[in-house]
Order: sequence, then C-alpha cells, then structure tokens
Amino acid sequence: MDALMNFGTGIFGGAWPAVWTLIKIVLIVAPMMLGVAYLTYFERKVIGYMQVRIGPNRVGPWGLIQPIADGLKLLLKEIIVPSGSNKGIFLIAPMLAIAPALAAWAVVPFTDSLVLANIDASLLYIMAITSMGVYGIILSGWASNSKYAFLGAMRSAAQMVSYEISMGFSLICVLMVSNSLNLVEIVNVQDHGRFAEWGMSFLSWNWLPLFPMFLVYLISGVAETNRAPFDVAEGESEIVAGFHVEYSGMAFAVFFLAEYANMILVSALTSIMFLGGWLSPVGFLPDGILWLFAKMSAILFLFLWFRATFPRYRYDQLMRLGWKVFVPICLIWLVVVGVWMMSPLNIWK
Amino acid sequence: MGSMKEVFNSLFLKELLKGMSVTGKYFFARKITVQYPEEKTPQSFRFRGLHALRRYPNGEERCIACKLCEAICPALAITIEAEPRDDGSRRTTRYDIDLTKCIFCGFCEEACPVDAVVETRIFEYHGEKRGDLYYTKQMLLANGDRYEDQIAKDRELDASYR
Repeated sequence: MDALMNFGTGIFGGAWPAVWTLIKIVLIVAPMMLGVAYLTYFERKVIGYMQVRIGPNRVGPWGLIQPIADGLKLLLKEIIVPSGSNKGIFLIAPMLAIAPALAAWAVVPFTDSLVLANIDASLLYIMAITSMGVYGIILSGWASNSKYAFLGAMRSAAQMVSYEISMGFSLICVLMVSNSLNLVEIVNVQDHGRFAEWGMSFLSWNWLPLFPMFLVYLISGVAETNRAPFDVAEGESEIVAGFHVEYSGMAFAVFFLAEYANMILVSALTSIMFLGGWLSPVGFLPDGILWLFAKMSAILFLFLWFRATFPRYRYDQLMRLGWKVFVPICLIWLVVVGVWMMSPLNIWK
Repeated sequence: MGSMKEVFNSLFLKELLKGMSVTGKYFFARKITVQYPEEKTPQSFRFRGLHALRRYPNGEERCIACKLCEAICPALAITIEAEPRDDGSRRTTRYDIDLTKCIFCGFCEEACPVDAVVETRIFEYHGEKRGDLYYTKQMLLANGDRYEDQIAKDRELDASYR
C-alpha cells in the first residue's frame, strides 16, 4: 500500500490525494452500477419465479446478458424532450435523482477500515443526502408539463417527506443506543453484549432490542425508494408511469438506475444499522465484507418479495400508515428506549 | 377484545406474512412456462388457424360459390365473385380472405355446406409486406393441397362430436 502511495505521489505530485479519492469513488460506483444492472435481472427472475414463470432466459446463459442488452437498448434510444417542457430542468432532474443515491455511498462502511470517508456525522450525512433524492422526482414531474407526471411528483413528494420522519425517528433510536453518529462506530457497538460474549452476536445486533424500529425502518425504506407496495409515485395502472412518464432513452434509464441504487443503499443502511454490517452472526466465523453483502442480498430479496406479493397501497392508506401508525410507534419506542437506557436493565453500556 | 386482537394482528403484520408465505411457496413451485419455439402446447383438432380451400379426391375444388361464408363472416374478411364455368358448373372466379381482418371465429367453416373452406392447425405464418396476409383463391387452394392429409384427419376426428 505504501509503495502504491509513493508511486502515485511520484506521478501526480500534490494532486495524488484527489486522484486516489477519485480511484476509490470509481471502485465503489462501478460495482454498484453492475449491481444495479443485475438487481433488475434478479427482480425479473424472482418475481417470475413467484408467479410460477421462469423469467428472462434467452439472452446468454440463464438470461444473464439480459441487463446489458436492456442497457444498450436504452442507450441507443432517442431522448424525447416534450415541446412544452422546461428543457433545462427536464434534463437536470434525472441527474438530481441519481446523484444523492451515489453520493450517500461515500460514508457507507464496507468493513471497519474499508470506507471512503469515515466521518463522525455520517448518519446525519446519510439522512441529509437521501432526502435530496426527492428533488429529482419533483423537478422531473414539474418540468415535464404533463398532468400525470405532475400528479406522480406531488404524490412522491408527500410520501417521501412523510416517511422521512418515521425513518429519522427509527435512526434516532439507533444513535441513542450506539451513542454515536459514526456508522463504523454503530456497527462496532453491535458487537458487544451478553449474546456476543456467548458467541451468538446476531442476537446482540440492534434488530432485536429495536425490533419495532427495524420494521419501521425497513418499511419506510421501501416507501422512501418508491417501491411496491408504496409505488404510488409511479402507479402504472393509475397515472401511467408517474413522474417519469415523459422520459425516454437514457434519461429514463437514469431514473431507473436511481431507484435501484436507492434500493441497494437502503439495504446497505439497514444491514449496517440493524443487522450488524460486516459482523459475523456467530462467534466462530470471521467478520468480513461478505457478511455485509449477504445481509444486503437478503434485504434486497425481501424488497423483490414484497413487490411480488403486495398490491399497491391506496394513497390515503399510505399517508395513514406513515402518520398515524409509524410516527406514534416511533415516538413510543423512543421513550421506551430512553427509559430502558436509564434503568438498571440497560444493555448498551 | 376483538379490536385489540385486530391491532395486534396488524402490528405483527400477520396478514402480510400470510401473503408472503403464499408467494414464498410458489417461488419453489414447478414452473409452468412453455418455452414456445422449442416446446408447444398440444393442439385441438378444432384449432382455428390459417384458412384453406379443399378439393375432392378427383381434384375438383369443393367450393360451389354459395357465398354463405361471405355472408356470415362477422369481420367482412371474405370476398367472393362467381360465374358459371365452361362446363356449366357454378364456381368462384375470386375467393379472397383478408387475414388482417379475419378474427378466426370459424363461422365460415361452420357455414360451408361442402366443407370447402376450413381452418387448419397452422398458426405460424407471417407477412413481411403490406398485403402479404391477403390470401387469394390460388393461395388458399395451395394451402388445402399442402395440408389435405391433416385437414381430412382432423375432420374425421371431429365428425363423431357432430
């Protein structure tokens, strides 16, 4: 590693730290994009299997080249800009949608040392950045100058703002018990506890003591990424495709990428906050990045499973769930955790 | 008490888990997909596909230009013109079926008193230009000649049900 650093400094001189950071960003974003492409493939496969079909299997062995074929098709298609639209905003909106989904990865730790920016306020950064995603959606709906796109954008704005609150509250519980905003610290704290000492650290992770918050975060995460059954922003049977109805070609593909990148992000965050990140579930197996990937895959599978199972929420039911169910549960559990931490039964010392 | 139970059921996502168990079970179920070009579903002998005009074994065409098929065709896909032939028998000079109009209801087949116009089992055909799916008398007779064995067998199988 030192040799690499010296070599880099030799070539780039003072610009080396910037170049090195850039390399690290590429190392995170490139596999992420590949993951996004194959997540679409697995989505089609999993939903197909649950509908007693076999899903794509024609392009390449088991259809494995399918996402690349889809990507090429979208790349070659024309981007149609509606004549009544606001062209500048129309084209910026997809970028605004995908940028936060990628920027949030800056602070996501893959292991305790493998993290692009190990900042102390990383949880705060995550919450700030992920809330930005809604701008891309609102602006795309606004700039399209189409009623369906506008309806979709308005729905999505209301929905994302509502679920951000319950999401925030569930994360407040996490940061209370971790006593830190640093994601690496949050994971390390989950390695301590009575069960971890007995070699069953998966019972020490936050999901068990914060179980209601775990569910609230997971479900809010589904709502936050506009996934079924909370996909009222797209609602293909009601408002065609919602906010991206006027988009085609690569501009559409970028929205698509943003949705799936957000899914992967939420699954990574859920794994880190509640499922112990890279920690091994049992004492006799070593910790490692593979555990994080395994947990993320399990949560992503859950996302696909949700989509294959549940019909879309009606819009008022969606709002009711967010404001009348999740927010009260969060507030109650916040107090419960606070009292728990102050009582002699405190398990987070 | 009942409402308490309801609250608990919804808090523990009972109904949702029930739904997910159903889809989870089907995830492992045997898949029913028929991979079309390689695999095909069995066809009935009453299958209504591409049309054909049949001939008698001696080579004489069956159609007597009664125009019942033209009359019954709900999509107005059939066009017939007829004139007495030199030997005095009544035959069509034109018998066209526009397959782009046809809805494959099989009424023409039912209406035909001499089993001349029939629908075969053939459904894998296509046209590459506009007008390619406008079948003339020659094309329909050619279809009949080509698939006569299959057509005759299918009629025979169907006869016992009539």
